[in-house]
Amino acid sequence: MTWQDTDVPALRRRAERRHRLGRFGTYSAAILFAFFAAFPFTWALISMFKESSDLYVKDNNPFWFNEPPTLEHLRLLFLDTNYLTFIRNTVVVGLAVTLITLALALPAAYALARLRLRWGERLGIAIFLVYLIPPTLLFIPMTRVITNIGLQESLLSLVLVYPTITIPISAWLLMGFFKGIPMDLEEQAMVDGHSRIGAITRVVLPLMFPGIIAVIVFAFTLSAHEFIYALAFNKSSAVKTIATGVPTELVRGDVFFWQSLQGAVILIAVPLALIFNAFLDKFVSGFTMGAVKG
Amino acid sequence: MTTTAGRKRYLSDNPRYLAALFMSPAVIYIIALVGFPFVLAIVYAFTDISTGNPELDFVGWETFRRVLADPVFREALWNTFLFAVIANVLVVVLATALAEVLTKDFKGKWLVRFLVLLPWVAPVSLAAITWLWTLDSIFSPIDWVLRELGLITENVYWLGRPASAMASVIAVHTWRIVPLAAVIVMAGLIAIPSEINDAVAVDGASSWRKRFQVTIPLLAPIIAVAVLFGVILTISDMSVVYVLTRGGPTNATQVLSTWAFIKGIEGGALGQGAAVALFLLPVLIGITAVVLRLARRREVL
Repeated sequence: MTWQDTDVPALRRRAERRHRLGRFGTYSAAILFAFFAAFPFTWALISMFKESSDLYVKDNNPFWFNEPPTLEHLRLLFLDTNYLTFIRNTVVVGLAVTLITLALALPAAYALARLRLRWGERLGIAIFLVYLIPPTLLFIPMTRVITNIGLQESLLSLVLVYPTITIPISAWLLMGFFKGIPMDLEEQAMVDGHSRIGAITRVVLPLMFPGIIAVIVFAFTLSAHEFIYALAFNKSSAVKTIATGVPTELVRGDVFFWQSLQGAVILIAVPLALIFNAFLDKFVSGFTMGAVKG
Repeated sequence: MTTTAGRKRYLSDNPRYLAALFMSPAVIYIIALVGFPFVLAIVYAFTDISTGNPELDFVGWETFRRVLADPVFREALWNTFLFAVIANVLVVVLATALAEVLTKDFKGKWLVRFLVLLPWVAPVSLAAITWLWTLDSIFSPIDWVLRELGLITENVYWLGRPASAMASVIAVHTWRIVPLAAVIVMAGLIAIPSEINDAVAVDGASSWRKRFQVTIPLLAPIIAVAVLFGVILTISDMSVVYVLTRGGPTNATQVLSTWAFIKGIEGGALGQGAAVALFLLPVLIGITAVVLRLARRREVL
């Protein structure tokens, strides 16, 4: 077939049709995924504002306010439960875990990325492998250890143990970020008379800001998510985090405070999703940096 | 490191000392708080230690024998395997599709991304709570829709029957892991050099052919990474089962992690709990082998 035979308008029409079909596919797939992902949260969002006399009628339309919405259940959540304590505990643990993680993972990641150790590669993989030993395997002896050193029923137990999960992953992530910073920068600083540590703190660390943000987000997410240690170590309400407090405390005997429960979930999930959505591109690029340049 | 050779004023300028100084805190922390309990977990499994009797009396394989003889354990082992396999097959298919959608440009992408991320970023136990309410025996909105459509007359009672309870647990695991897996696959899609896409476009390959003969083979290693994460998350997570069914009805959805917790922490039989959890180890070693192989293959490339 030569170009003279080519029916250009027909080809263009075909390309156009294919393009439009592709758009239609993209939109319908996007809507479908969004619907399934958000479905239980939508139901939770509606439930949290419903009157009990509306919610607990089997044949009422569950997606409609058959009676005017109410803030009563949110009031109950904030004033009559330990919800705020759980949030405060989670934030305190997240903060402490962030600090410990940064203090230990930053230097380790720097050493792995820059110092060309003989056993560096192997150590890097070993650190990553620690992530493959899940809390499920460790929580029973860990609970004994925590009890023996007298840290049960305190936030300190979680502060001590969570970095075992955050350090390996953060070291791995930060290693990728370090590799993304040109070596010349710190060599130049050292030529200018700074010590190596001086070059690191003055030149390299400011450039590590995105990596440090990633670690902060990760540490806080873990403190909000972690379930098995938190459940095994701490049983009193005053030292529970949101992950264990909400599912165990907003239930009296067999009676679930459904509306308050759903409110508690929505008020945590939505801000977290907003933060992650804002940082998603950074994470994706951070992940590829570790993977491609590692 | 030649630039610093002529000017060694600080001990910390020596890469060797610096490496030791920088690595040791993290390494010591991990050895003390992962290595030690890990060894302890193995030791416990050979003793009959319990909260009532905290002595380390070695009983050899007796603990394992007792664990293995328990029909609930065998059910938990099978369920763990079943849940991980089915959930992760679904995750691979859905996450690859979702990643492809999310790398395209379309209106409202911000909102779609936000909604799609929700299952992953919400704490697992809280996400499970929304499902517990969505699958409620009386007030489930799914049942309401099915009733309105005339498809059922009686409620399904999702978490009350063995088959539907298992399906529910698998669905919730899948629902939760798909966003993470999609983000990982997205990273892989973005990393495919644009020259390859251009070459494929010039060659006039259809989008389906491109997908199956170019994109997916190139993505295979990163899909494997997503599966590794997915498997670890399904076999080691206990909150989905713990919140939704607590292993019920009559242990139909019991998995190793919940059974270890119920035996070891709630029942106080530390030795048996540790032995149950140790059955995850072969799976984890298998996964480790795959990770190491992938890491090595990346070096070859």
